[in-house]
Amino acid sequence: MQELDRIVADAEVAFAACATAPDLEQAKARFLGKAGALTELLKGLGKLPPEEKPRAGAAINEAKTRVEVLLAGRREALLAAELESRLAAESIDVTLPGRRQSAGGLHPITRAQAHIERLFASMGFSVADGPEIENDFYNFTALRMFPNHPSRSMQDTFYIAGSDKVLRTHTSPVQIRHMQSHTPPIRVICPGRVYRVDHDATHSPMFHQIEGLWVDEGISLADLKGTITQFCRAFFEREDIEIRFRPSYFPFVEPGVEIDMVWERKGDEVKFLEIGGAGVVHPDVLRNGKIDPERHSGFAFGMGLDRLAMLKYGVNDLRLFFENDLKFLRQFR
Amino acid sequence: MKVSVAWLRELVATDLPVERIAHILTMGGLEVEEVTPVAGAFTGIVVAHVKSVAPHPNADKLRVAEVDAGTGETLQIVCGAPNVAAGQKVPCALVGAKLPGFDIKKAKLRGIESNGMLCSARELGLSDDHAGLLVLPDDAPVGKDIREYLGLDDTILTLKLTPNRGDCLSMFGIARDFAALAGLPAKLMPETEVAATIEDSRPVRLSAPEACPHYCGRVIRGLDARARTPDWMARRLERAGLRPKSPLVDITNFVMLERGQPMHAFDEAKLKGGIDVRWMAPGEQLQLLNDQWAESIPNLLAIADESGPVALGGVMGGAGTMVTEATTDVFFEAAYFTPEAVQGRTKQLQLASDAAYRFERGIDPQGSRAALERATQLTLAICGGRAGPVTQAQGGMIGRASVRVRPARVRSLLGYDIPDAFVRESLERLACRVEGAGDALEVTPPSWRHDLSIEEDFVEEVARIHGYEHVPADAPRSSVPMLEVVEGARSRFDLKLACADLGYQEVINYSFVSSAWEEDFAGNGAPVRLANPIASTMDVMRTTLVGGIVQAVLANLNRDEPRTRLFEIGRCFLAEGPSEAEQPERLAAITFGGRLPEQWGESARAADFYDAKGDLEAIAGSAVLEFASGAHPACHPGRCARVLSGGRDVGVVGELHPRLQQKYDLPGAPVFFEIETAVLLSGRAPRFSGVSRMPTVRRDLAVLVDETVPAGRILATLRSAAPACVREIEVFDQYRGKGIEDGRKSLAFRVVMQDTDRTLTDAEVEEIVGSIRRLLTEQYKAQPRT
Repeated sequence: MQELDRIVADAEVAFAACATAPDLEQAKARFLGKAGALTELLKGLGKLPPEEKPRAGAAINEAKTRVEVLLAGRREALLAAELESRLAAESIDVTLPGRRQSAGGLHPITRAQAHIERLFASMGFSVADGPEIENDFYNFTALRMFPNHPSRSMQDTFYIAGSDKVLRTHTSPVQIRHMQSHTPPIRVICPGRVYRVDHDATHSPMFHQIEGLWVDEGISLADLKGTITQFCRAFFEREDIEIRFRPSYFPFVEPGVEIDMVWERKGDEVKFLEIGGAGVVHPDVLRNGKIDPERHSGFAFGMGLDRLAMLKYGVNDLRLFFENDLKFLRQFR
Repeated sequence: MKVSVAWLRELVATDLPVERIAHILTMGGLEVEEVTPVAGAFTGIVVAHVKSVAPHPNADKLRVAEVDAGTGETLQIVCGAPNVAAGQKVPCALVGAKLPGFDIKKAKLRGIESNGMLCSARELGLSDDHAGLLVLPDDAPVGKDIREYLGLDDTILTLKLTPNRGDCLSMFGIARDFAALAGLPAKLMPETEVAATIEDSRPVRLSAPEACPHYCGRVIRGLDARARTPDWMARRLERAGLRPKSPLVDITNFVMLERGQPMHAFDEAKLKGGIDVRWMAPGEQLQLLNDQWAESIPNLLAIADESGPVALGGVMGGAGTMVTEATTDVFFEAAYFTPEAVQGRTKQLQLASDAAYRFERGIDPQGSRAALERATQLTLAICGGRAGPVTQAQGGMIGRASVRVRPARVRSLLGYDIPDAFVRESLERLACRVEGAGDALEVTPPSWRHDLSIEEDFVEEVARIHGYEHVPADAPRSSVPMLEVVEGARSRFDLKLACADLGYQEVINYSFVSSAWEEDFAGNGAPVRLANPIASTMDVMRTTLVGGIVQAVLANLNRDEPRTRLFEIGRCFLAEGPSEAEQPERLAAITFGGRLPEQWGESARAADFYDAKGDLEAIAGSAVLEFASGAHPACHPGRCARVLSGGRDVGVVGELHPRLQQKYDLPGAPVFFEIETAVLLSGRAPRFSGVSRMPTVRRDLAVLVDETVPAGRILATLRSAAPACVREIEVFDQYRGKGIEDGRKSLAFRVVMQDTDRTLTDAEVEEIVGSIRRLLTEQYKAQPRT
């Protein structure tokens, strides 16, 4: 029995000395292999008297199990060590930048426009668009800007050569097109490019407007003011914004208003910013849109999208929007 | 329109401060753009007489003047102005005077005592002119406070008037509206008539009464056209921005300024026979006051005498009959020309005319007689002479119809409560005649308000008088039907985000480009052309976005951005019509430089055709696009694909043509695509078609085919012929070169098969693969690659 304990102790020492899996397998053979110490002892069982055989056999088998447990333990330890060293070798510098395509981005006017579209969508407005080369009827006459009338000189117009067509001077023609193809209640905004013969520090020959139109029963000037007030507060994310209406003249609305926004208040001094024109839709314009003005009324507004974007993002020069300078555009990602 | 506040206060008595007056006008729709005091804030400057001027003993540029400033003593003043001379009347700041920024004290200048300062226009804040002293008229009263003498306690309001308010292009008009807005009485000059003292007159016939329904004329004889325009009148003209010229011209201008009625003075001696107001006849022409010739265009209205046209009605007088210094007899005209008779004429003739500006916006049709009387009165007072009787020709004036105004409608359109009584009161304040009561008022506007003709016009007037600041900001109430939203359809914004996600930066280019770009990038020699471009480099409408994005690449290259990925969405203009086909909206994207930004983990590679195509495929979403080799003016001929959708050409992918690369001085070739957005935006909700739980089988086939056979065509053939259990056929490798004979290439296909409800047997798989091989051999002379 002492011999068995010695064999187990020897195996433990031998296994511990093995640094690799093949060494361990060789060491295993010394104890459990065909000529291994324990195998030899088992072979010698036959020489024992029959009454001693069961006890001796059990003792040898018990020693064999102990050696096998030691062997498994050592195998596991070796595997773990091997994995550990492989993982250590595989480690990388995680502070290097990730592999990637460069970041793209949206134009600030697109950003502002998308924000505006979302705000108006939450009030039930859909988005409409129209052609940018317009005919005289939609750009002017249907909006009561009759030929030769001085109201036409309020907007310097680009004309198409050899044609009576124009580049639309405002997004208002979309009002007419939309009314002709829809019935009240109508709630629509029309953002888009517009064109005027004007080019200096504060004017671009192409710029963006956003037109709004709401036609239903009982729509009033007060509804217009409420809508614009809510919009400005939501767009600029400021609760202290107030809207001031001033009488003005656009041939397609009556009453007509100029919209001022209270931007800053220092004591008695109030800084107003003009943000657009608006009014109650003129009955003739409703008729041009196939709507009965005795039954339905509406309001319309037109705001400068570029100007709204300038105010929102603090851009101080309109021309930057159209120079496509990446150093400018990247700031809006 | 420039408005002198001092003049306005004469017409509407008020102590309101200037700022308040400006606010009331602005909030009444007569927007005040600028408030400008006519002079600086100073005190203690008086009219002085320069008695003598002597050189300064110690300074070449200074002079020593002896001045009488009405103080009872002669003042010695050192003066640096080059124009100072004995005998002049000049403004003199006395010791103790306060000027902006400094006070006048007794001082010694280079050793000589100076008791005040002689002033230039700049020191008075009148103008920037400081070249010399402001020399006053000889009759300026010595010792008089200069503010009082020159009427400097005045402020000019610059009004930005809207074209509907022709009635406000005069002081009377502004005063009337201001009085109504402020609730004050206006005291306009009562109408007086100047009795005739001679019998001379000139007959007037109105042959075009639709254009000139009313004409007043009058002869004045024996006047002195060399008389001096009185200072008060010259000052009022100047403050309104008009330069005084000669008394007769000044008088007509003054009356126009005061009452809004443009007038004309003919030299009576140069007129022959009666006046006829008629359309210009073919072949006629007229030399205008500004020496420009007006040719016989039938829409011009002529004031003609027996010899032919002598003036263009409502626009400008003729050169041949204009008054001069030698004029002793005049024929004054004060007429009503309708807006329609004048509108557009100045643009057509390319001239500016204050008269036409007013006529085309509409003057008071009933104001001509009073204006003529006023001009007569002023002429007799200033130039002397004797007046004949007024000749009036009337061509059927149409009276103003009344309009029904319902107070309930006023409240409904404004959206807040305004009492019936206020509706009536406000309209009466505006000189409307209001009849009836209760639900419907019958309202007749005053003759000068051309802009009031329908009920809504009066609604605005009520709101204006009530004050737009009182409009409440109600949260609108309305029925709220849900918006239609097609699931699967993308918004323009979604599409832009998809591009940005692939690393493209959005840009916005002008829709007009140079015709050279159109040639280069679209091969288009006949684009839609602008009649009045802002510059020759922006003279035509683009038919492609490619020119713009290439230029944006270039512009950024010049700003040290060697690698760019840009996109734009915008309309192109193939024709003038309004349809989407004629003005399609497109998306274009361009990559210039490396496929990826320079980075440690990827080797550098210039973006090529397949990168652009891959990006387009990624952006396409559920849209099914087909590609075929094609040609495009901006593309490399061998690296260009047509993009088709449903068999229709919808776009292009390609590499920039080397010719353009060279012409635009690009160090490498950008790759780009352009496609109609409509194809990418439409979409629909998907349908579920079951999920197979059976195993998939993959087989790879490598074959050799002719180099010229497009892989896309082979794929299309295989896909259309394959049985339903073939889930996928894709090219996973292309090889040409070593080991492959010239003119051939190797293509490797991946075929993935799966049945919906059973496992495919080996025999079935081999059968399918065999059929694919046969197809390749039969149609494309393919050989298996070993």
